[in-house]
Amino acid sequence: MLNAILGVASNSFWMPERSSSTVSADVDGLYYFIFYLSLFFFLLISFMLVAFIIKYRHREGGKPHEPAAGHSTALELTWTIIPTVLLLVVFYYGFRGFLDMMVEPPNSYEVLVTGTQWNWTFTYEGQYVSDDGKLHIPVNTPVRFVLSSNDVIHSLFLPAFRLKKDVVPGRYNRFWAQATETGESDIYCAEYCGIKHSQMLSNVVVETPAEFEKFIERIKDWTKTKTPLQAGEMLYNTRGCAQCHSIDGTAKIGPSWKDMFGSQVPIVGKGNVVADEDYIRESILYPNAKVVQGFQNPSGGSQMSSFLGQLNDNDIMAIISYMKSISVHFKGDLTPFKQKLKQPTTAPLTASLSAATGAKTVSTGSSSGH
Amino acid sequence: MSANIGAIPLTPDRAPEHPEHGDNYLTHGKGIKSWLFTLDHKRIGIMYMVVVLSAFALGGTFAIILRTLLWHPADPTAPNAAASYDFYNHVFTLHGAVMVFMFIIPSIPAILGNFVLPMMLGAKDVAFPRLNLLSFHIYVLGALFFTYVLLSGILHSAFGIHMPGGWGLDTGWTFYTPYSTSSSQGAVAVATLGAFILGFSSILTGVNFIATIHMLRPRGMTWFRLPLFAWALYATSIIQILATPVLAITLLLLTAERVLGVGVFDPALGGDPVLYQHFFWFYSHPAVYIMILPGMGVISELVSTFSRRHIFGYNFIAISSVAIALLGFLVWGHHLFVSGQSPLANSIFSILTFSVAIPSAIKVFNWTATLYKGDIRLKTPFLYAAGFIMLFTIGGLTGLFLGALSVDIHLTDTYFVVAHFHYVMVGSMLFAFIGGLYYWWPKMFGKMYHENTARLAATILFVGFNLTFFPQFIMGSRGMPRRYASYPIKFVTYHHLSTSGAYIMACGLVLILLNLIHSLRKGKPAPANPWGANTLEWRTPSPPPHDNFKETPVAGDPYDLHGWKQIPGQDEWVLDKQEHKTIDGPLHDPAAQPHH
Repeated sequence: MLNAILGVASNSFWMPERSSSTVSADVDGLYYFIFYLSLFFFLLISFMLVAFIIKYRHREGGKPHEPAAGHSTALELTWTIIPTVLLLVVFYYGFRGFLDMMVEPPNSYEVLVTGTQWNWTFTYEGQYVSDDGKLHIPVNTPVRFVLSSNDVIHSLFLPAFRLKKDVVPGRYNRFWAQATETGESDIYCAEYCGIKHSQMLSNVVVETPAEFEKFIERIKDWTKTKTPLQAGEMLYNTRGCAQCHSIDGTAKIGPSWKDMFGSQVPIVGKGNVVADEDYIRESILYPNAKVVQGFQNPSGGSQMSSFLGQLNDNDIMAIISYMKSISVHFKGDLTPFKQKLKQPTTAPLTASLSAATGAKTVSTGSSSGH
Repeated sequence: MSANIGAIPLTPDRAPEHPEHGDNYLTHGKGIKSWLFTLDHKRIGIMYMVVVLSAFALGGTFAIILRTLLWHPADPTAPNAAASYDFYNHVFTLHGAVMVFMFIIPSIPAILGNFVLPMMLGAKDVAFPRLNLLSFHIYVLGALFFTYVLLSGILHSAFGIHMPGGWGLDTGWTFYTPYSTSSSQGAVAVATLGAFILGFSSILTGVNFIATIHMLRPRGMTWFRLPLFAWALYATSIIQILATPVLAITLLLLTAERVLGVGVFDPALGGDPVLYQHFFWFYSHPAVYIMILPGMGVISELVSTFSRRHIFGYNFIAISSVAIALLGFLVWGHHLFVSGQSPLANSIFSILTFSVAIPSAIKVFNWTATLYKGDIRLKTPFLYAAGFIMLFTIGGLTGLFLGALSVDIHLTDTYFVVAHFHYVMVGSMLFAFIGGLYYWWPKMFGKMYHENTARLAATILFVGFNLTFFPQFIMGSRGMPRRYASYPIKFVTYHHLSTSGAYIMACGLVLILLNLIHSLRKGKPAPANPWGANTLEWRTPSPPPHDNFKETPVAGDPYDLHGWKQIPGQDEWVLDKQEHKTIDGPLHDPAAQPHH
């Protein structure tokens, strides 16, 4: 309503480039209402300040002005009551806009949002996880978001929607939104959550219902559309692994996955262990059990949070497959049996793997160096 | 000029520039021990100044480092990206924690308050001089502790040097759980202990000031003749005493959780991390008023003195200080609008937040109205007062955006909030502090500073400040989240402006420092009253003798400036008693007559 009075354009200097939810126009309207109100009072006070300083500045030899009264109850009541009334108006519109944000329409489509240092996971229909790390939602449809955190407090910030809600461990926070136009815009983490807080980014992709349906079909069951190896790579990129583990051998916050599988890894206080399937599964679910030397946090624990309940057995096996595919220490063969039949048996393992999946693989040349 | 024999010994009309034996508080007692163990409130104030300004220099240096790091977004694919983010996180934590706990909170009360308050009351000292010294020693202890933890973290993060017990802090000054309890581990407990110790210093100063204002007012100083700076310190002290213990309680709960495994804040133990935020802001929001109220008190003094006018609406200003102090306890929940706090609680906190805006608005209007028909002297302290009024207006008005529920949902945790509180904490409080420092500097050291250099520095600071923080309103509104070590490239222009402004501010501050140091060495001697102010601290020589006053003064209306006349061409004002009268009453209460 306010924006109608003020004639606020949907695209304005002070606000994010896009305004694309059912509440964003209202927020912008109130923002500009307060903006002009503030501008008025700022100019009023600045004008009086400057005018008084110029007019009543001391002049050598000038006669002092006849002193004015030390106070004036009428004047003081005026500048108490007028701001009070204006503040009540601002409160009222803020409160109304807030109620609109709080009162969720019936039959909203639900998306689960999980924050993990430093990654967002979007889960649809209770089980299907977005496969590109982006939040896909259908346009003109009320969507309710149920937020939970695996570790510390995060905050899901959708500037184009003018919405934000903290993602708190140990409780479910909720909010709802309805996008009014298709297109892609930013998602930020707005509550400080550690080293890579500023990299905890994603995008919200608003799609037509048809596109959205396609998206859901695509993510429904990766076992039908992807090999474990492909799924492993997808999970690596979308579930936060890539934030801390490189696949090129550089040490980031966690050890690199390159050539890790099957290697001897030095464990804090436990000597060396072989990074086999058991070790990797344990490290994903219970990161503190065996921490690789040099990657412990100040108190000797892991810097990683547990993925218990976040990744199922298929997911974990897919990730292990992916790790195998980039390790020279893995001597097995991940080629699907059907394709394997077509390969000459003498072909080197890695060549067949790369031919079959197109995944990044280790060349035989580099493996000789280890 | 002792024409008033038998009359009230109001003042030496024109204080002798050199008291008989040449003794003042600076020369009274020699050697380091005479300073470290002094019970003289003036010396304690000066010692606070040295330590608190060192903390300011430290926090300021890190402000420059973090603005430099933000000049351009870091490349996320660089091999050392995580290390550079980690460094940034330690830097912004140190900047915030040092500035809040070691600079802003103690600055005006501990430095200017300690030095000025007893003299403003015509007293020899504060009510409990030993407690005053103890609170200084506690402050130094807490500050050392706190600085060690923070700096060791910087050393570790930047150079890999690990000092014993120090992993530093990368939690922000707010120490939000569970991040603070899971990541920085022991360091958070140690740092909170530092804040806890600093808190005791703050409580003891508060107790002392309240007792001083109650017990040591001179004859004639009724409550409504109390200078407004004293009113502001009184209101501040109430908050210090009531709010600071909550910080101690929070620390004890954090410790109980870590040591005994009692789930309070940690969800893994069944605790609630949002509860921590309630505890934290129950202290820290009132603490915001600990920071700004004394500044408002300083401004009231400056505006009246330099406009040569009785302060307009004295009662409204005095009462609004107390109103702000009390209402300030009821608004902490506005920091939690998106935390999952109930909508009902959000709505109540929103309307209470707007209620605090009213007494603040009243003060701004009253200060402005004081200038009307004045005879305004554009001395440096006045420039700071005028700067304060403009910047505090912006700081206060932008608070309306954040108090309005629906708009706050968008703006919270963005640079808009950063800009808003810097306009209040730096634009207002720092300006008030520097203005007050210039104002009382001649009284403190008996030396005048160089006026035009000081004016130039004030202008540089004002320009630099606005260039630093105004662009942050824009980028925050446009979605730039706070506490980001790196950022989307679309915000780079605003960061360029902001960083440039920070460098300009730094130049202004260095110029201020150089000017003050220069004044100590080469400044003109200051007269007893270089501004023609009527509060009692100006009725004694500059610098004051050890016992402040030769004769206990009697107070009238502190803002009755009639009769104070400037000696032409000099920085000296003398009182013509015939003209000195309060505007609306006799000079002295009948009760104020001495009994001899």
